[in-house]
Amino acid sequence: MEFEITLLVMACVFGLFMAWGIGANDVANAMGTSVGSGAITIKQAVLIAAVFEFAGAFLAGGQVTKTIRKGIIDAELLSGTPELLVYGMLAALLAAGIWLLVASRFGWPVSTTHTIVGAIVGFAAVGIGFEAVKWGKVGSIVASWIVSPALAGIISYWLFRSVQTLILNTSKPFENAKKYVPFYIFLTGFIIALVTMFKGLKHVGLETTIVQNYGMAFIVGIVIMFIGIRFIRKLKIDPNADKDFHFANVEKVFAILMVFTACAMAFAHGSNDVANAIGPVAAVVSIVNSGGEIGQKSDLPIWILILGGGGIVLGLLMYGRRVIATIGKNITELTPSRGFAATLAAATTVVIASGTGLPISTTHTLVGAVLGVGLARGIGALNLNVVRTIFLSWVVTLPAGALMAIFFFFTFKGMFGG
Amino acid sequence: MARTTISSMFGSSPVKPLQQHMAGVQECIVELVPFFEAVLEQDWKTAKAQQKKIAKLEGAADKLKRNLRMQLPRSLFMPVSRRDLLEVLTMQDKIANKAKDIAGVITGRKMEFPETVSDQLMAFVKRAIDASMQAQTAINELDELVETGFGGREVKLVQSMIKELDAIESENDKIEVKIRAALFKIENDLPPVQVMFLYRVIDWIGELADLSQRVGSRLELLLAR
Repeated sequence: MEFEITLLVMACVFGLFMAWGIGANDVANAMGTSVGSGAITIKQAVLIAAVFEFAGAFLAGGQVTKTIRKGIIDAELLSGTPELLVYGMLAALLAAGIWLLVASRFGWPVSTTHTIVGAIVGFAAVGIGFEAVKWGKVGSIVASWIVSPALAGIISYWLFRSVQTLILNTSKPFENAKKYVPFYIFLTGFIIALVTMFKGLKHVGLETTIVQNYGMAFIVGIVIMFIGIRFIRKLKIDPNADKDFHFANVEKVFAILMVFTACAMAFAHGSNDVANAIGPVAAVVSIVNSGGEIGQKSDLPIWILILGGGGIVLGLLMYGRRVIATIGKNITELTPSRGFAATLAAATTVVIASGTGLPISTTHTLVGAVLGVGLARGIGALNLNVVRTIFLSWVVTLPAGALMAIFFFFTFKGMFGG
Repeated sequence: MARTTISSMFGSSPVKPLQQHMAGVQECIVELVPFFEAVLEQDWKTAKAQQKKIAKLEGAADKLKRNLRMQLPRSLFMPVSRRDLLEVLTMQDKIANKAKDIAGVITGRKMEFPETVSDQLMAFVKRAIDASMQAQTAINELDELVETGFGGREVKLVQSMIKELDAIESENDKIEVKIRAALFKIENDLPPVQVMFLYRVIDWIGELADLSQRVGSRLELLLAR
């Protein structure tokens, strides 16, 4: 194959561009609820996002990356012409990156995940052949796009109902908040750690058994819980704050909890969305490195995960903090007791999807989770137009990503020769 | 910067505006006390000024009402039914309207009240204002109701407030019966048209408490969905 270095550099640049875009726009949706509820400041949000997006991408981003890289296209068909896969992946990256840039400019609600999946399916079906797409896998991905918001909604509904029963609707909500919130903190740490462990940390040199997984997750949960308890103990109660609104002090306890769920959310987002940027890069790199072999067996090089995680953090620092600030200002009706239920439910769903290797939309999952809290009569007013917007974004994003990817695919083919 | 998917899904809660409207209504109707004091003393200058003040406050409440209606599109998903919420708003608004009507007709006709009923009349007005104040107390619990997700203790608390409101209203009814009886005894000595309007004003003051009670019962409907 010719132009190896050129193609490799292009892949890295496009991948970085895409990761940057995710950091600039997508992360804000994941962090906005936490900032909006007043639980954390923008500075803290950026810091949390930077650390945990990277950690999520690095520690748990492998599975979805694998799906994007080789789960959608049947690469067996391309063993004779590996360069087509390279062009296609480059085209998909470029198409998705540009589409996201355009869409965010105009404020269209698009999903990174849907764009990249649409782009890959598009170039494969048109550029290579209809049979090159693993339609079964694509079907399960699309199904997960419906299931994930629904699942997040169900989880957040019950989470919030449990908060109502255990804390808010009792005669001593503040005492009960102090009593039960540590348990939710434990739950947050436990779930995230467990899914991450189960997916395996082989790439950082850690092999574990099932019992060890549970044990480790349990320890992580306990440690995080004790950190939380320390913060709760330090909490200063302001008796005057409860005059107008009797739950002001209770919400302060939840605000501490929300710091932890914000971390979980950033971690979950990183673990799922980094793949959108580095999945195609990984595909290109493995083909080029193996000298044209379609290396289905090769592992994901760690530096690619770092590239993706770093790109996200870069986008976040350069541009994303402004978007977070805007969203935070717009979400004022969400109190920490709701915000935590929605965030934890979304983070759990996303992290499970990451473990299963399903690329889903974090934003849509979060929307489902917020609606779940709304169904438990927890939120003053929710705009149901958002559901229509989501469906619209599906209808628009998938073909847009696909068409642009097809265009770039044939352009590259013409440029580098098929 | 355009709003993102997440931020666009949060509408502004109707709770605070509804409470502000009720506060505006209350502000309007408490002015009936100095108004009636002036009327009973036949101090028409003060009465006129009070009447203007009441009309102005009613207008302010009206504005709040319209603003709230504008921000409640059908696509909004709320923990309470949109229709019941708008009903509460309408009832609240009717209280202020009625106060304005009462002040208006009394000032317009420079009505005189027989001395035998004046004490009872004052008590009657004050009790009606108590009723709307109690309605306001209950409405002020709405944000706590949303916070607790309309469950448990908070609901019981609001229910007890509404019960209290019902008690005030029925007390007000009793005062009304007494005033009517007192008026009936002397009505033949008064000009018939004046008597007609006296009954009408008494009726309207009774309606004030009645409307407050209805705010309470609509609120009760909000609790159960």
